[in-house]
Amino acid sequence: MTETVIHPPIDNRPAAFTQAEIGWTPWLQPLTEEDLTDRHWAGLVDASRSKSPYFMLLARDPEILEARTKTDKDIFYNTRAGLPRAERELSATAASRLNGCIFCASVHSRFASHHSKRTGYVQKLLDEGTDADLGSRRWNAVTKVSVALTQTPSTFGVTDIEHLRSEGLDDLEIADAIHGAAFFNWANRLMLSLGEPTPAA
Amino acid sequence: MTVPTPDVIDRLADIHPGSFVDRIRKERPETRDNAQKSYLALFEPAHEGDVTRTERLIVATFVAGLHRADAAEAFYASGIEGDAAGITAVKSEIEGGWTSGPYGKYPSGPLSSEDKPGPAFTVSETGRKALGQKLSAALEHSHLLVYRPREASPAALQALLDAGWTTTAVVTLSQIVAFLAFQVRVVTGLAALSEAG
Repeated sequence: MTETVIHPPIDNRPAAFTQAEIGWTPWLQPLTEEDLTDRHWAGLVDASRSKSPYFMLLARDPEILEARTKTDKDIFYNTRAGLPRAERELSATAASRLNGCIFCASVHSRFASHHSKRTGYVQKLLDEGTDADLGSRRWNAVTKVSVALTQTPSTFGVTDIEHLRSEGLDDLEIADAIHGAAFFNWANRLMLSLGEPTPAA
Repeated sequence: MTVPTPDVIDRLADIHPGSFVDRIRKERPETRDNAQKSYLALFEPAHEGDVTRTERLIVATFVAGLHRADAAEAFYASGIEGDAAGITAVKSEIEGGWTSGPYGKYPSGPLSSEDKPGPAFTVSETGRKALGQKLSAALEHSHLLVYRPREASPAALQALLDAGWTTTAVVTLSQIVAFLAFQVRVVTGLAALSEAG
């Protein structure tokens, strides 16, 4: 039998980029806790993610969810050397802004603001888009290369590496910036296509 | 005995053991290992589930091709066994699908001034005959995700379900397209780093 999608009734759908704590609701039926086997729990990585409709939907294919989650966590949370957390989040926010993922941009702009204390410049990126002057050559460089990598096909090349080096990024920091932007080209496509944002509570 | 699959990102970005980019990648072993495990989960799955290996590889070939990621396109196409007609058809659809993104319309409101209208891809009649309804629907959805993800909708998912994919298969297909969007960008980025020396 053909399955059907969910058409969530939402008042005041978020229609602009924001740092507010908006929500997300799926267009396909997530699993329920009763559906979960050991394989699914392993895929969730953190048991607390069984409370998230997004992760419970992705848990339908638990092996790729597990590998995706561990990739995500290391790119953003492993702060042993490399790019400061704020700039990884900036890279994620810039990719999300360009692709148009209001939900992803909300989460990662909050993280960028929290770690940098540059809330106003983060808001400028959300309000004006990826060409905004973020008041720091280094931030402008990280944003510009995230955009170059996010364009499809990517316009990223050796000049982008040289640009980051001229702003003082070493090779591990450059690799972190590349991974932050690249990962959000994965995350944006899931968040944008499997559901939609809901207003802040 | 299975031979361990070589690291796909290293292969596609031409990263050799001992090179400086190899050393950089090994400073983030969890990222490196889980990018590879993601590839294995999607293309050498323990549970094939509702999407066959050939279907997975055809979608990946199409997505890599739309990104003009030649090495990745050739890599995924080379894994398709016994379906020469499918390979020919998907290559033709890639050429018919080439454009530049991201584009698309936002939800009506303050972002409407940033709308960038652009084409919605449909598989050619010849392609549809060769690939069938299910794969044709998968390629049309893949094109949306690659170039205009902001235009995704419940109706786009319903088109996949109507073509015969299950809800779980739609999750797997979405992961294939989204993972490829990541993988080809890591390859592009690390290849540029390697070239910069």
